[in-house]
Amino acid sequence: MKHRYLPMTEQDQQEMLKTVGANSIEDLFKDIPEEIRFKGELPVSKRLDEYALTTYLSALAAKNANTDQYPSFLGAGLYDHHIPSVINHVVSRSEFYTAYTPYQPEISQGELQAIFEFQSYICELTGMAVANASMYDGATALAEAGSLASAATKRTKLVVSAAVHPESRQVLHTYARGLGLDIVEVGTHNGVTDMAELAQAVSDDTAAVLVQNPNFFGSVEDLAAIGGLIHNHKGLMVVSANPLSLGLLEAPGRLGADIVVGDAQPLGIAASFGGPTCGFFAVSQEHMRRIPGRIVGQTVDRNGKRGFVLTLQAREQHIRREKATSNICSNQALLALCASVYLSVMGKQGLIEVGRLNLQKSHYAAGQLAKLPGVTLPHASPFFNEFVIKLPAGTSVADVNAKLLKQGFLGGYDLGRAYPELEGHMLVAVTERRTKEQIDQFVSLLEGCL
Amino acid sequence: MIQEKALIFELSHPGRIAYSLPELDVPELEAESLIPAAMLRSETAALPEVYEVDVIRHYTELSRRNFGVDNGFYPLGSCTMKYNPKVNEDVARYPGFAKIHPYQPEESIQGALELMYQLQQDLAGLTGMDAVTLQPAAGAHGEWTGLMMIRAYHESRGEFRDKVIVPDSSHGTNPASASVAGLKTITIPSTDKGLVDLEALRAAVGSDTAALMLTNPNTLGLFEEQIQEIAAIVHEAGGLLYYDGANSNAIMGITRPGDMGFDVVHLNLHKTMSTPHGGGGPGAGPVGVKNLLVPFLPLPLVSKKEDGMYTLEGGSESSIGRVKAYYGNFGILVRAYAYMRSYGPEGLRRVSECAVLNANYMMKRLEPYYDIPYPGVCKHEFVMSGTPLKQYGVRTLDVAKRLLDFGYHPPTIYFPLNVDECMMIEPTETESKDTLDAFIDTMIQIAKEAEEQPELLLNAPYGTPVTRLDETTAARKPVLNCACS
Repeated sequence: MKHRYLPMTEQDQQEMLKTVGANSIEDLFKDIPEEIRFKGELPVSKRLDEYALTTYLSALAAKNANTDQYPSFLGAGLYDHHIPSVINHVVSRSEFYTAYTPYQPEISQGELQAIFEFQSYICELTGMAVANASMYDGATALAEAGSLASAATKRTKLVVSAAVHPESRQVLHTYARGLGLDIVEVGTHNGVTDMAELAQAVSDDTAAVLVQNPNFFGSVEDLAAIGGLIHNHKGLMVVSANPLSLGLLEAPGRLGADIVVGDAQPLGIAASFGGPTCGFFAVSQEHMRRIPGRIVGQTVDRNGKRGFVLTLQAREQHIRREKATSNICSNQALLALCASVYLSVMGKQGLIEVGRLNLQKSHYAAGQLAKLPGVTLPHASPFFNEFVIKLPAGTSVADVNAKLLKQGFLGGYDLGRAYPELEGHMLVAVTERRTKEQIDQFVSLLEGCL
Repeated sequence: MIQEKALIFELSHPGRIAYSLPELDVPELEAESLIPAAMLRSETAALPEVYEVDVIRHYTELSRRNFGVDNGFYPLGSCTMKYNPKVNEDVARYPGFAKIHPYQPEESIQGALELMYQLQQDLAGLTGMDAVTLQPAAGAHGEWTGLMMIRAYHESRGEFRDKVIVPDSSHGTNPASASVAGLKTITIPSTDKGLVDLEALRAAVGSDTAALMLTNPNTLGLFEEQIQEIAAIVHEAGGLLYYDGANSNAIMGITRPGDMGFDVVHLNLHKTMSTPHGGGGPGAGPVGVKNLLVPFLPLPLVSKKEDGMYTLEGGSESSIGRVKAYYGNFGILVRAYAYMRSYGPEGLRRVSECAVLNANYMMKRLEPYYDIPYPGVCKHEFVMSGTPLKQYGVRTLDVAKRLLDFGYHPPTIYFPLNVDECMMIEPTETESKDTLDAFIDTMIQIAKEAEEQPELLLNAPYGTPVTRLDETTAARKPVLNCACS
């Protein structure tokens, strides 16, 4: 058969078989026992030509409501921020996207420098000393942070706030089962981690307290207080941070965080149905040699010229095998590049400005929603760009969202999905992409649904 | 000499901007009235101040200092650096795929779920497994997911089995994933033919065997001919068989892990299914299982309801839980599905045939010039040893560096660990005979250079943006960020 990606002609095949000393391609598979050879046609979907493929996939895509057409008030870990045009142009440079992990530094300086700059950006935003080249996502980064904390403290108990993303906690539980760690969950009060309950849960055998900031409800946690509490027991504070909030909110490193992780999706990465996004992982200096994954370091070449290499590889699976600090190999390098380009575009002023827009618009929306009859804001804690509303008793958030969808809007997250006690509560995200007009429309449509 | 490239931070000029944001169109409140001062940033993040042209020129220049499959031949063994089709990039960027949220009402994401469902079916058919999860984000993540299921399976039967057997030629992720799953690794030696040593395997299995992890063809590019016997030994001991799918590009449509006796398989979509490696990711590592492991699959799974609608609801109580947020690296799944549909059943088989013929052709032509420790027939890749060049003071690393001057990405070097001075070559099916011939001729020339002018290799490369880098200092005195503030 002929195919546009396959260059081998009949003549090539004959010449090559002759060189090899085989009569047919079949000869090359003689080492596969007859009984396990596959016979007949593979049970996979039929072949499509390029036009048929794009037609078919366009039709599939059109069955989905996308956030260019449906103004979205849905966040819950993935946010509808503006993605500057230049990002797609940069990551579409195929020198970047068709390259492997930069094992040959002389011809991979571009990727290596880009990762070094990503690490620098993450350190600057989080206030930490060392960052790696990326993790799969924010959830797995949090789980790996738990693993690091356990190894560093030689303790096995992790205390996690119920205000951490429900899916991150689920992933943490799965990893913990593998690693033999115990997880204790601490409840919330007023939309933030319940400090009294936390104080009860933390003891001298606690490896770390894991919190999220802003947390899943959008509220800003009192990191300094939480850090003080766990440090009294010589455990670590792990903070999962929204990086876009860090133009406005204090760097977790300055509030006592020992490990800062998170998902870089808000930094110029499309939601893409939840992936690929980009986890990040940053630690204080003392944990440098326990960090999982790839790290790029600066060095010099034989002429003394600055260059970059993968470094501290003695931590990694390809050297240490079963003793590695993690099994991670492939990460999310191309998405880390998106985040770097985003931060280069936003710069010093832009990151502050986008934070300001998110803060102001979400507070405007919260104020307008609170005016609706029967709608309340159950939490009094400060928030950044996401907040909880309580709908009138007996209202189903799923029903409201179904009605909003028909009107061309994506409503907020139904908190009852993950928190049975929060049935009838909606988590509303408002980014800089939402205009006052859309917010007002959303408020009035929501009123119509009640 | 090529100039040193500035960091983006070094291009900063106070007052320049590259962003464009909407005006604030709602009444502004004092930030301090909304968030306590102690929680607000005390020191502005020292991000660069550049304008848009700086950004574009900076990253364009970085891209010019990078080498991808689109730049040239990339025979990196075990990494399957095949061509990344452009139409796959287009379709993944359709707003209906790229700009959708996983928590949207299910009626508004039916197209995405349908695609995932179809891909699950196709991957199950390709590998001969009963069900597939698309959740894992990469190969190692898939390994860990599979091992967690194996562990849960044994535990559900009241058995304590914590040993994972791997051959000495296995990928480093295998033992590392076993550790993260709370299992211990037993490494068994290979025979002098490069295959699993059945006696060593028999000696290693027992009532504590959780699984054998195997790549087939293995990392030497050899098919484990005794796979049925291997499977029988492991199964009789009560263990399960894990298939590391990194080398699946050799066998599509020819043989299936499910038919070989494997119980779990992961595929690297960023290898076999052509999704781009992205300079180190993102990947995707779907895992297929036989029926006995279906109850343990991670959540959620896409299923089809009686009314024809697709749903993420449901799942088994014995599931190992969630392994990643949301539903896997969906954007990669879109590309992989587009790839599989571009070939269809007959095409996928042809992919493997061409990949295997290309590898055998290269091995045969290089045999007179390099040491081929496992001659005969290989699959999609083969290994060579650079030991004959040691007499000239030249090592495999030097051969690799010299290749850079000819515009090639070198093969994988110093892996697998059981071959001295190893070079592992995987041409893939998307390279033409002309490309292979030119590379082979270069390798022959380099072998001659090693003999006649070894210093040419020892000082290589010459035409790259930097020469060889001091990796020792980089690790001893780590400089891991620019300390811009």
